[in-house]
Amino acid sequence: MENLIALLVAAPLLGAAVLLCGGRRLDAVGHWIGTLMSTASFVFGVILFADLLGKNAEHRTLIQHLWTWIPVESFQADVTFRLDQLSMTFVLLITGVGSLIHLYSVGYMEHDERRRRFFGYLNLFLAAMLLLVLADNYLLLYVGWEGVGLASYLLIGFWQHKPSAATAAKKAFLVNRVGDMGLSIAIMLMFATFGTFAFGPVLGHATDASEGKLTAIALMLLLAACGKSAQVPLQSWLGDAMEGPTPVSALIHAATMVTAGVYLIVRSGAIFNAAPDAQLVVTVVGAVTLLFGAIVGCAKDDIKKALAGSTMSQIGYMVLAAGLGPIGYVFAIMHLVTHGFFKAGLFLGAGSVMHGMNDEVDMRKYGGLRKYMPVTFITFGLGYLAIIGFPGLSGFFSKDKIIEAAFAKGGTEGWILGACALVGAAITAFYMTRVMLMTFFGEERWKNQPTRSPEAPSAEPAAEHQGEHAEPHPHESPKVMTIPMIVLAFGSVFAGFFFNLGDRFLHWLEPVTGHSEGDSPLSAATVTGATMVCLVIGVGIAYAMYGRRPVPSVAPRGSLLTRAARRDLLQDDFNHVVLVRGGEHLTRSLVYVDHTLVDGVVNGTAASVGGLSGRMRKLQNGFARSYAVSMFGGAAVLVAATLLMRAV
Amino acid sequence: MSAAAVHSLWTTAATAADPISKINAPKIEYAQLSPTLIVVGAAIVGVLVEAFVPRKSRYYAQVFVSLVALVAAFAAVVALASDGYGTTKAHIAAMGAIAVDGPALFLQGTILLAGLVGLFTFAERRLDPEAHGNRVDSFAAQAASVPGSDSEKAAVKAGFTTTEVFPLLLFAIAGMLVFPSANDLLTLFVALEVFSLPLYLMCALARRKRLMSQEAAVKYFLLGAFASAFTLFGIAMLYGYAGSVSYARIAQVVDGTVTNVDPALAGTMGNDALLLIGGAMILMGLLFKVGAVPFHMWTPDVYQGAPTPVTGFMAAATKVAAFGALLRLLYVVLPGMRWDWRPVMWAVAIVTMLGGAIVAITQTDIKRLLAYSSIAHAGFILAGVIATSKDGVSSVLFYLAAYSFVTIGAFAVVTLVRDAGGEATHLSKWAGLGRRSPLVAAVFAVFLLAFAGIPLTSGFAGKFAVFKAAAEGGAAPLVVIGVISSAIAAFFYIRVIVLMFFSEPRPEGPTVAVPSPLTMTAIGLGVVVTLVLGVAPQYFLDLASQASVFVR
Repeated sequence: MENLIALLVAAPLLGAAVLLCGGRRLDAVGHWIGTLMSTASFVFGVILFADLLGKNAEHRTLIQHLWTWIPVESFQADVTFRLDQLSMTFVLLITGVGSLIHLYSVGYMEHDERRRRFFGYLNLFLAAMLLLVLADNYLLLYVGWEGVGLASYLLIGFWQHKPSAATAAKKAFLVNRVGDMGLSIAIMLMFATFGTFAFGPVLGHATDASEGKLTAIALMLLLAACGKSAQVPLQSWLGDAMEGPTPVSALIHAATMVTAGVYLIVRSGAIFNAAPDAQLVVTVVGAVTLLFGAIVGCAKDDIKKALAGSTMSQIGYMVLAAGLGPIGYVFAIMHLVTHGFFKAGLFLGAGSVMHGMNDEVDMRKYGGLRKYMPVTFITFGLGYLAIIGFPGLSGFFSKDKIIEAAFAKGGTEGWILGACALVGAAITAFYMTRVMLMTFFGEERWKNQPTRSPEAPSAEPAAEHQGEHAEPHPHESPKVMTIPMIVLAFGSVFAGFFFNLGDRFLHWLEPVTGHSEGDSPLSAATVTGATMVCLVIGVGIAYAMYGRRPVPSVAPRGSLLTRAARRDLLQDDFNHVVLVRGGEHLTRSLVYVDHTLVDGVVNGTAASVGGLSGRMRKLQNGFARSYAVSMFGGAAVLVAATLLMRAV
Repeated sequence: MSAAAVHSLWTTAATAADPISKINAPKIEYAQLSPTLIVVGAAIVGVLVEAFVPRKSRYYAQVFVSLVALVAAFAAVVALASDGYGTTKAHIAAMGAIAVDGPALFLQGTILLAGLVGLFTFAERRLDPEAHGNRVDSFAAQAASVPGSDSEKAAVKAGFTTTEVFPLLLFAIAGMLVFPSANDLLTLFVALEVFSLPLYLMCALARRKRLMSQEAAVKYFLLGAFASAFTLFGIAMLYGYAGSVSYARIAQVVDGTVTNVDPALAGTMGNDALLLIGGAMILMGLLFKVGAVPFHMWTPDVYQGAPTPVTGFMAAATKVAAFGALLRLLYVVLPGMRWDWRPVMWAVAIVTMLGGAIVAITQTDIKRLLAYSSIAHAGFILAGVIATSKDGVSSVLFYLAAYSFVTIGAFAVVTLVRDAGGEATHLSKWAGLGRRSPLVAAVFAVFLLAFAGIPLTSGFAGKFAVFKAAAEGGAAPLVVIGVISSAIAAFFYIRVIVLMFFSEPRPEGPTVAVPSPLTMTAIGLGVVVTLVLGVAPQYFLDLASQASVFVR
């Protein structure tokens, strides 16, 4: 059965190769090839899943060794796949949501003449992401890690004719490089510490190493996770990444790739467990990011950017949970999966709205759309209820568990982290209600005015063909787009309940991640109650601000915090001032040193050698008598020196 | 001194009168000395050719004789080497005068090949325009005629050529063959003079710029005689020290292993002052020949003034012969006092490397530039000599072989670039040569890169071997200075390349003459050897390594 594992990766990889090398003759069927390959991978995943379920919990790890990749003395890298409960969960999420989004893209990208290439990239992404979660050693994981980075870069910049998209792709790539550097350093440290980077030996003997080394490795892994998962301080690329086509935002920048950081931390749990200082940093990063993303999400008028802030915030929850150690690993992954459903659904819904609104993304130009696109409204609405944690829906179960786990951390830290998570829940309720109200309720602000105001340029080029100033005619999307949304809405509604029934998700993952209860100062009911109170407060405030009052179609100036949040809490300004300016100053001073000092020394040396040459040349005066004197002197020195050598 | 003793100085007792039975006939291994004997014989035949063959046919006869002799001598060297005389059968021939061993055979082979390639450039007669319907080579029509005089004009008009250069070349080669294999100091000195005197003469024979050529020859002769005097004085002192001119005997005395002391020499024998002073003076004579600073001052003037084919031959073959003799002297005769000569040689190597490289920077004449380059290279080779190890010997052997071909090839290219006044040696005239004659410029660029020691040329392999041996022999600072000098030297080599390829050609620039197959062969061989030794040096390094053991 383990021989099937390679096919998981091979199917989309083959699809990518065929689509990218096949040329224009595949234009007509390319999207179906891509979808087929993705679905095939999903089918293999389901078969393997059924196989795993048929085994005892202890035997649910399948290893497939393909070949030895780099055999250099003690530096042995294998291409080996590991399929256990953790990677199985990811495989199903990636291929399942991935296949749905492939299907959705068939409709969404219909008018794009480069659709075949788009599907090639999507398949490439799936292959790389599957490689990432199936790898049995960190070096192979790194290959997948870079692969998803590449696919992300290609897809964010898919509409490369737009400077904003090209810039956003470059930004995502560069910021991710910082994180990737962390991963490569972590792998080097592992090799230096353990002499290997295979999961088994490294994670099995993690406690043999000193805590200092483990902390260093863990912090480097965290840096990698921050880059890939858009956590503070490497979060700045995610908002701009929304320049990519919406299916990309749904698949890569909401459901799967951005959660790779969480996977990395949970997979390396043995290292983090032995490095409590690093774990504390992880929780702090998670807590800061969940508030950061939520605050940014409150101020954005661009529907995709609001959702991007929300993604950042929800991944903050996951990272927070992963930082809690065995108390939180399972819930981090559980929230990751439920989030994969409802956030992908929300993005697809946003894409559907944009599809019907001439690719307008400014929510202030929406309003009252529930009448025009009922399917989108209902699926989006279910996703909305799931994310804010409405009782009974997916987000309720997974988020509530994380908040409980945060309190269960114990001590002052537990209180602070728990409070952050609670406040985050309230803000989540606020901004998601705001999105919901601005889009589907209220007056129809898109009437009698052209869409696409100059400040909010469209993300989609198709609009340019339809006329810039035409009044939009909102309409429901075709079935090929709505069916994936409906399926994902089912996931948003029932996944949490299903996972929580008899703690089956916990029992499923526990053999890989381990689990402990912690000791919470608050009872589960108290935490749930507090969460509900926060939820109501958030929704209430949003309703008071956006439901009862008309929404201005031009954004008001807003408070200082609002303005800062609109600018992503000044993250780009910070990066610009500290990193870009600092870097510029550094390079300028280095150039100055190079020009004056280095070139000075070099040119000075050259000049002095040249001058010396000119002077020595004068000794060559052409008179044989001078030459003879030189020889005589030389001979005298030679003799004297030889005698002197003997004397000393 | 007693009366009887004085008396015995000019009389002998009658009883001792049976001289025939007292003198042992010297035992000469003619077969093992055949390379030298062939060349000497051919040189004598060449003299006879000058005397008896009609003027019109002399050129062809001389070239033929020289060619046959050099090829035959080279074949003899190869035969001796494959017979095992370089390794297992290495021994001392001719009553202790000549060593037949690996280094000797390797160097003799190198000298013969260099001589052969040199012969091709000597015999070139297509470069200069024909004078009065007669083809002319690089040499004066009649050496004895005063430059610019009527007799010179008459000689040119009569179509005279100095075909004497061929026997002179052969004599020089014969001396060079003996020089690195000489196993006593007198043979060494005789060989030195045998190859030096023809060189002095050949330097004076240029067809163009005859005054400059003669001036160069006089300088070379004066300074060479000066250096020879030092050498001879040093030989005398070493004789005084050891009571013998034989290398083996001197080495024994240096080591202190000699047992029977001649009572007549008891007063001076083992006097270290004699050893040190004498050794230093002989060293000085050899350093003069290799062109090491501060005994190098003749080099630029002579290289510039001599006919270019002579310069190329001299730069290559003299260096090979002189370094061979230097190696044998230091490794066979004076290894016992290496703690005395090594520091001194260190200093000489350093000033030679740096001096040659630095002064070359400001040169404006291509021949002088190459002269200083050869001085710098002498320094690099000295670094290998100082290693005092088997690797040191083999690296020097390899370097010499690689360097000879590059040098002769480079000077052969210099003969091609000409204007109305003959060879256009001023660097400014080489500007833009790459645009007009890409092939010639490219070939010259290959030689320059080899001089600079760029990888994939023989220069790199040689330099690497020498520096490696020096570093392993404990001369790491020397290697550092060597690399710095190489960097300085790279500047002026690359500058010439830049000049050829990236400067605008001058309107009144020189033309490139189309040579006969002779020069083409010389240049082509140079390029091939340079690239083969650069790309696949291992076979030749192994060969040099096999040939690196001296017989004692």
